[in-house]
Amino acid sequence: MLSLEDVRLGIGDFTLTLDAEVPEGQRVAVLGTSGSGKSTLLSLLAGFVVPDRGHVRWQGKDITGLPPAERPMSILFQDGNLFPHLTVAQNVGLALRTDLRLDDKESRRVAATLDRVGLGGMGGRRPADLSGGQQGRAALARLLLQDRPVALLDEPFAALDPALRNDMAGLLEALCREHGLTLFLATHDLRDAERLCDRVWLLQEGCVVLDRPVAGLREAVPEALSDWM
Amino acid sequence: MERTGAVLAALVALAVLGPLVAVAFAAEGPGRLGPADFAAIRFTLLQAALSALFSVLAAIPVARALARRRFAGRRLLVAVMGAPFILPVIVAVLGLLAIFGRAGWLNAAFEALGMGTVSIYGLGGIVLAHVFLNLPLAVRLLLQAWLSVPSERMRLAASLGFSDGDMRRHFERPILCAVLPGALTIIFLICATSFAVALILGGGPRATTVELAIYQAFRFDFDLGRAALLGLVQVLICLAAGLLALGLVRGGEMGFGLDRPARPWPGDGPVARGLDVLSIVGASVFLLLPLLAILLEGLAALPGLPSQVWEAALRSIVVALGSTALTVAMALPIALFAAGGRGRGGVEAVTALSISVSPLVVGTGLFLILFPIVDPVPLALPVTGLVNALVALPFILRALIPAARAAEAGQGRLADALGMTGWTRLRLAILPRLRRPLGFGAGLAAAFSMGDLGVIALFSSPGEATLPMEMYRLMGSYRTDDAEGAAVLLMLLALALFWAFDRGGRVDAVA
Repeated sequence: MLSLEDVRLGIGDFTLTLDAEVPEGQRVAVLGTSGSGKSTLLSLLAGFVVPDRGHVRWQGKDITGLPPAERPMSILFQDGNLFPHLTVAQNVGLALRTDLRLDDKESRRVAATLDRVGLGGMGGRRPADLSGGQQGRAALARLLLQDRPVALLDEPFAALDPALRNDMAGLLEALCREHGLTLFLATHDLRDAERLCDRVWLLQEGCVVLDRPVAGLREAVPEALSDWM
Repeated sequence: MERTGAVLAALVALAVLGPLVAVAFAAEGPGRLGPADFAAIRFTLLQAALSALFSVLAAIPVARALARRRFAGRRLLVAVMGAPFILPVIVAVLGLLAIFGRAGWLNAAFEALGMGTVSIYGLGGIVLAHVFLNLPLAVRLLLQAWLSVPSERMRLAASLGFSDGDMRRHFERPILCAVLPGALTIIFLICATSFAVALILGGGPRATTVELAIYQAFRFDFDLGRAALLGLVQVLICLAAGLLALGLVRGGEMGFGLDRPARPWPGDGPVARGLDVLSIVGASVFLLLPLLAILLEGLAALPGLPSQVWEAALRSIVVALGSTALTVAMALPIALFAAGGRGRGGVEAVTALSISVSPLVVGTGLFLILFPIVDPVPLALPVTGLVNALVALPFILRALIPAARAAEAGQGRLADALGMTGWTRLRLAILPRLRRPLGFGAGLAAAFSMGDLGVIALFSSPGEATLPMEMYRLMGSYRTDDAEGAAVLLMLLALALFWAFDRGGRVDAVA
């Protein structure tokens, strides 16, 4: 269980306030317009910012002050996920050893994960030699190898065309099921939420104004979500 | 306006290349180069290489510290890093003399401790002065690269648990690979063509640069053939370094970020903090102490300065304003021409010629052209203004052309759709977007011209000295108090001119 207990974070005029619980393995879509606080919420969960008040707990343990690397979270950004001077395999290998001194077993794990995301044989390429979709897959491979139970995805499909978006969403869905990941997906698109998530949070000005299961959303559209349908 | 720009760009190329051709024609055969000349070539290469190397090595920890720390006064320190661009070189050298000179603070401390004294003259002093003048440039180039790392990538590093070593390997090493070759070459070029530093701290058979040898052949021996030959050697050195710089200067591989510092910085710890504090304090003391020394010792002498200093100051202001007006008059049409269509980027390259050519060599060429026709000495001030304008032009264009392109991209089509043409289009649609870079560029040009001690040293007669020239004479006649007072005046005037133009560009400017 991930608990956000009376969390408050102020940045200038903006304030994010949260009080919620998310069971392990649940997938939450965080919807909201630009500036509503989606990315700030993910930054707070990842440990890039520390709340002014309240606690974040994972399985009962207080992780509020833990640095990003010691948290049970891995994160995927909209872009900037790969180091351009490293090969795809090295980028993925960072999940295992940041000094990149991988032994044979670890190198095989990297290759297997690249196979799993459909990048078999591309480990020696540089990110610049990959398409946008392939770059997303490489970042996803690293996220899987980090083997952390909570995945934070900050608009990962925003830069992809519809076909690639579909492709990535399908892969992500399969991987979430395989690994039992707890997922937070920041998105502008309700279709992503419907496809990948069990639950929807609608953020407005830093507050969750709607918290509903995805199932049955179309049958009884909440007032707050009508513009998103 | 665009046609004017093309014509002006051609004239600028002619104004730079013409003197070079004159130098090439007047140059005697390479057989005239004696042992002293070869020693000057060797010394030029050595001091420029050492200056570039030390400037960049010292800049690495300072840039890293400024990138990862936020502290009170950081913005001021980064701004001070820009000061040597507008600080007259002769003032900087006098500041260094106040600290490291024979009667400077350092030697006073050594003597008080019963230790031997150090001399700032010769190779060590020239390299020290060049590091003082170029360390800020190297820091800015590296800091810019650090700040262009996407914040997401920093966060990714934090999320992956990067250590300080990982940060060096995956962030700093690619930054250094991208920035260092270009930075080293640019600083080498600046130091190879530096004249005032060698004039004051060099000299003698063991510390003469090619620039200084040209000056000596010209001023002391009036041996124009040898001066031209040395000028040609200097052109070849600069051309080689310039071509190398063109090939090596490239953008960083890290992409462009949002200039948001990562908090906390991945791999941060007590050792990193300690190193950063040392780097920042060390750089601040090294850069600020000489200026502070000049201010402390020169302010008191300011009211009692002799009248010829004030006359020289007035002359310098006139030359600086004329040179700035000329720079702006050339830069604006050239920038509009360069921004006006595809395939015009070459204009920038042509005008950048004047960066890789020594002003002293251009001055020598102009003298050679003028000498058979008129007496060049009465033309010292206009020629100085012209050469200063040519030297400042690439810097102002560098700021102006991207802004002109952005203005065209942003407002050009709207202006076309509304039928705005000619002066109306320029005044209402384009110029408001160019005010800020134009003001900044004009400020740089004015400050540079105000502090220049190059061409004027070749041409000037005692009655026509500019303020830097007068200051040099005061230093030469051991009137240190007056020289320090003149240095404060020169520094204040250069800063005031920069501030006035830069501020003028910002008033009501469109971002």
